[in-house]
Amino acid sequence: MTVSTWTAQQVAQKVINNDELFILDVRNADAFADWKIEGHKFEYLNIPYFELLDGVEEILPKLPADKDILVVCAKEGSSIMVAEMLAEEGLDVAYLQGGMKSWSMYLEPIKVADLTDGGELYQFVRLGKGCLSYMIISGGEAAIIDAVRFTEVFTNFAAEKGATIKHVFDTHLHADHISGGRHIAAQTGATYYLPEKDAEEVVFDYTALEDGLTVKIGASQIEVGALYSPGHTIGSTSFVIDHRFLLTGDILFIDSIGRPDLAGLAEDWVADLRETLYSRYRALAEDLIVLPAHFMIIDELNEDGTVARRLGDLFAQNHGLNVSDADEFRHLVTDNLPPQPNAYQEIRHVNMGKVTPNNDEQTEMEIGPNRCAVR
Amino acid sequence: MNITKSLDAKGLACPMPIVKTKKAMDTLAAGDVLEVFVTDKGALNDFAAWAQAGGHNILEQKEDGDVITFYIEKA
Repeated sequence: MTVSTWTAQQVAQKVINNDELFILDVRNADAFADWKIEGHKFEYLNIPYFELLDGVEEILPKLPADKDILVVCAKEGSSIMVAEMLAEEGLDVAYLQGGMKSWSMYLEPIKVADLTDGGELYQFVRLGKGCLSYMIISGGEAAIIDAVRFTEVFTNFAAEKGATIKHVFDTHLHADHISGGRHIAAQTGATYYLPEKDAEEVVFDYTALEDGLTVKIGASQIEVGALYSPGHTIGSTSFVIDHRFLLTGDILFIDSIGRPDLAGLAEDWVADLRETLYSRYRALAEDLIVLPAHFMIIDELNEDGTVARRLGDLFAQNHGLNVSDADEFRHLVTDNLPPQPNAYQEIRHVNMGKVTPNNDEQTEMEIGPNRCAVR
Repeated sequence: MNITKSLDAKGLACPMPIVKTKKAMDTLAAGDVLEVFVTDKGALNDFAAWAQAGGHNILEQKEDGDVITFYIEKA
């Protein structure tokens, strides 16, 4: 029977449409346990490809007859080999083109909302890594927040919409993924903003992102307002968009909160994190819709694939916003933290402009989940 | 260490380094040592996991520039 090729985009559609899928992941057990393709209705079988070299007969009884089967590995070579072996046994199977590497890189743009006077807000969901970037478009102008390194996705999207990119922001100096922000700004002539307190070691020019800064996008003057909200990093800054949306960066997620340790100063920043979550955000309107810079688990996705929740609902439901004792909170965010993101120190140095790895090296650094949260 | 056989898998991408190594191992007897040269970085974890699954013993591994060398004793 036949082997077909699926792109990361096709797999993303299965995730967003809540389709069923059976994933045969042929990476080794550690890699699978660390990070896999998550879907609401996905089932998995993990057998390393090197255990199938003598044949696939053993696993045939474990494969469903009534579901699509996708074979996945790190790059694609092993998944092609296993898929072909399964096809020889009479099965119709697919493999993921480019493997987990391409899954890590794929971005799905999803419209979050229409804004005042024909403006639009898009969330770019990087399903494989859990990164969320944003574009605000209005009256032929665009602003981008927390762009990942695939700059052409953003520049092409803006071009399709007939918009000129005017402002590019990073909410903080990222440690889990490489920012595309300053490169987009350099290509388009846009202004690149970074919080000054996160930028002490950067070696490129930027505009300081300060508390209270507002920019207006397009003729309809959609307002993007900055709100200093430290805790994940000392410079972390949130944005209020069109008086309706709160972009929280890596401070507040749907089902977790930001971790304060990725720049090495957890104890120092706990008090900042608590003040941001328990005072600064409490002072905001509960009807704001929170749009974070990451998701951790697939359950944080809404039906339409977006990651968004009303602030008031998070005050009621997010455990990290409901720890009344300050000491207990400090323990929560400094003790027993999950492992740090892959290569997080190197990624910070790339984002400071101190080193410029080639594309393959950047891909390698970004392998794995983002791990920016504590729950 | 007595090297029984040597295998050059440099420049090969996954899964070929493991496929060739397995084929070479199949020709050896228990206690023989296979020397393998690879350049695929993914091989580092895969060789360890593959050897463990088959009970083989990685006596030594070293990196010299882009080349990783494994010395594997057959179970």
